[in-house]
Amino acid sequence: MENNYLIDSDDLTPEALEKKHRLESDPSVRTDHMKYMPGMEVIESDICEKVISEMKAYDHGKYTAKDVATALQHETCTIEDFKALLSPAAEPFLEKMAERARLETGKHFGNTVYIFTPLYIANYCENYCVYCGFNCYNKIRRMKLTMEQIEQEMKVIADSGMEEILILTGESKTMSDVKYIGEACKLARKYFRLVGIEIYPVNTEDYRYLHECGVDYVTVFQETYDSDRYEKLHLMGHKRVWPYRFDSQERALKAGMRGVAFSALLGLSDFRKDALATALHAYYLQKKYPHAEMSLSCPRLRPIINNDKIDPLDVHEKQLCQVLCAYRIFLPFIGITVSSRETAQFRNGIVKIAATKVSAGVSTGIGDHETKYTGKDDGEEQGDEQFEISDGRSLDKMYKDISSEGLQPVLNDYLFV
Amino acid sequence: MNEKMDDKLVIGGKEFGSRFILGSGKYSMKLIEAAVRDAGAEIITLAVRRTNTKEQENILDYIPKGVTLLPNTSGARDAKEAVRIARLARELGCGDFVKIEIMRDTKYLLPDNQETIKATEILANEGFVVMPYMYPDLNAARDMVNAGAATIMPLASPIGSNKGLATKDFIKILVDEIEVPIIVDAGIGRPSQACEAMEMGVAAIMANTALATAGDLPLMASAFKDAIEAGRKAYLAGLGRVLTRGAAASDPLTGFLRD
Repeated sequence: MENNYLIDSDDLTPEALEKKHRLESDPSVRTDHMKYMPGMEVIESDICEKVISEMKAYDHGKYTAKDVATALQHETCTIEDFKALLSPAAEPFLEKMAERARLETGKHFGNTVYIFTPLYIANYCENYCVYCGFNCYNKIRRMKLTMEQIEQEMKVIADSGMEEILILTGESKTMSDVKYIGEACKLARKYFRLVGIEIYPVNTEDYRYLHECGVDYVTVFQETYDSDRYEKLHLMGHKRVWPYRFDSQERALKAGMRGVAFSALLGLSDFRKDALATALHAYYLQKKYPHAEMSLSCPRLRPIINNDKIDPLDVHEKQLCQVLCAYRIFLPFIGITVSSRETAQFRNGIVKIAATKVSAGVSTGIGDHETKYTGKDDGEEQGDEQFEISDGRSLDKMYKDISSEGLQPVLNDYLFV
Repeated sequence: MNEKMDDKLVIGGKEFGSRFILGSGKYSMKLIEAAVRDAGAEIITLAVRRTNTKEQENILDYIPKGVTLLPNTSGARDAKEAVRIARLARELGCGDFVKIEIMRDTKYLLPDNQETIKATEILANEGFVVMPYMYPDLNAARDMVNAGAATIMPLASPIGSNKGLATKDFIKILVDEIEVPIIVDAGIGRPSQACEAMEMGVAAIMANTALATAGDLPLMASAFKDAIEAGRKAYLAGLGRVLTRGAAASDPLTGFLRD
């Protein structure tokens, strides 16, 4: 079964609609997704080749229960062990994997669980990524916050007690340029201890500028590491260039960022291969940049505005849990974030096993924090959401829930030096 | 009281009755309460990167009077960053004690001895009581002492490994050769390991995870207290003969020799 991503909007002109259909049906009109666009920096890196050759060679059907049992006996998890743990043969071992993952998490992170919140400051996008609510052909309310509005949003969030923020935009360099994002980050430094970004990939010099504005963590989701599948899902725009996106984390580290985060969007392609590639991407980069802090996320596809049928297909909660446990066993020192795409029940369970960071007080819309946090509706325009969330708990509720599970919520463990 | 039992841990001219130091990393009110009340901690490490936060204010409020704060420089990747964090700690009113932690590796979190020596020198010259966390290496330890370190804090085993005194032989060399107190940090997972280190002549033990993740926190804190005291007493008493192999003849083997 496949998701039907292709939804037409009544608002599109006949010309736009024709272009959209052509992009969807005729690969020859689409640009070469492996070719850099003008202005995109090329770095000479061996990481991509290492990751993709492992991923391509990965045949998860060949692993047996014996391979999984052997992997769980090893003190240090090798790449081969990790492949076994991600395979279908490991599914009956889920409880054992969870036990081992919990042990590793405890050794490296104790009882701590970090809490952060995302802040979307704009949802304009120039890309046509068929599964995303922000895609340029999707009919949604677009918005870009002014600096005054951003500051107001930040005040509301900071008042709730939050100390770590992740600033996000749609991927439009025209509507949300680097300078605009940099100014927003400078404001964020006034209200938060830790500022991360999840924006379109940029060149090293732009990451350096954003670092000077107070950003120390960069998240870029590769969506899928299968470049052929990527080509069929990202039909237009700069995001279509797969290799430039792949090297984002390395450019960010070269620019002086302290940490980087990785993810595939599970459900877009073969999730076991994508999970393998995601972890190896972090693994090889950590070897090359041993001082860098690495973290992994594990989002699954969610319904979007105008397409509520999108779902993560074969990635059920059990498979998601398997991936997260395998990540933890393979990379015990790495941060693992589980977002509000997942339910409260799932997140309550997974923080006891493998996850070390969760979001709270989440909105994926634009400019609606005051309404959502305080119930005050000033009648101001708001931008639509990127996807539907499953866990709407406030910081206060999340803090209490984590504490009641015998864990220690942590709002900040960071110093900008 | 036996004179030997009145011994104090002296760091930077300050006397401490307890030889258990609470490490940073995993904090909770319950942990601090147990560390002070049940383990007898008189020094509590504080990660500067966790200060000034909403939750940290609560923790600071909770730390009883008389307990010495030991800010650490965790998060520093080189000497320069460690010095900046130490100065910030002083500005925040955390006092003159500082534990230097410099790590260039996020996987094993092993300390960088070279950068630590540099930071020790700068901070000691600025009047800090410098307690450097280090990989147990005699040459580096001597350099740190010459640079003004008040203690030397070797790791027992990699963080998170639960392997206890994996570097035992090298720590013993430090105990034998270094004049300032040797405080074992990182890797102590059980009271028995703490006791063993103390028997060797280590001056104090720093731990956190072993307590924070215990089933019964106060009970484990109290177990550490007893173990550390037992190890210290054994060290002061002078350990009896320990045989590593074979048996000892009750009569001398060379008793047949006539002249």
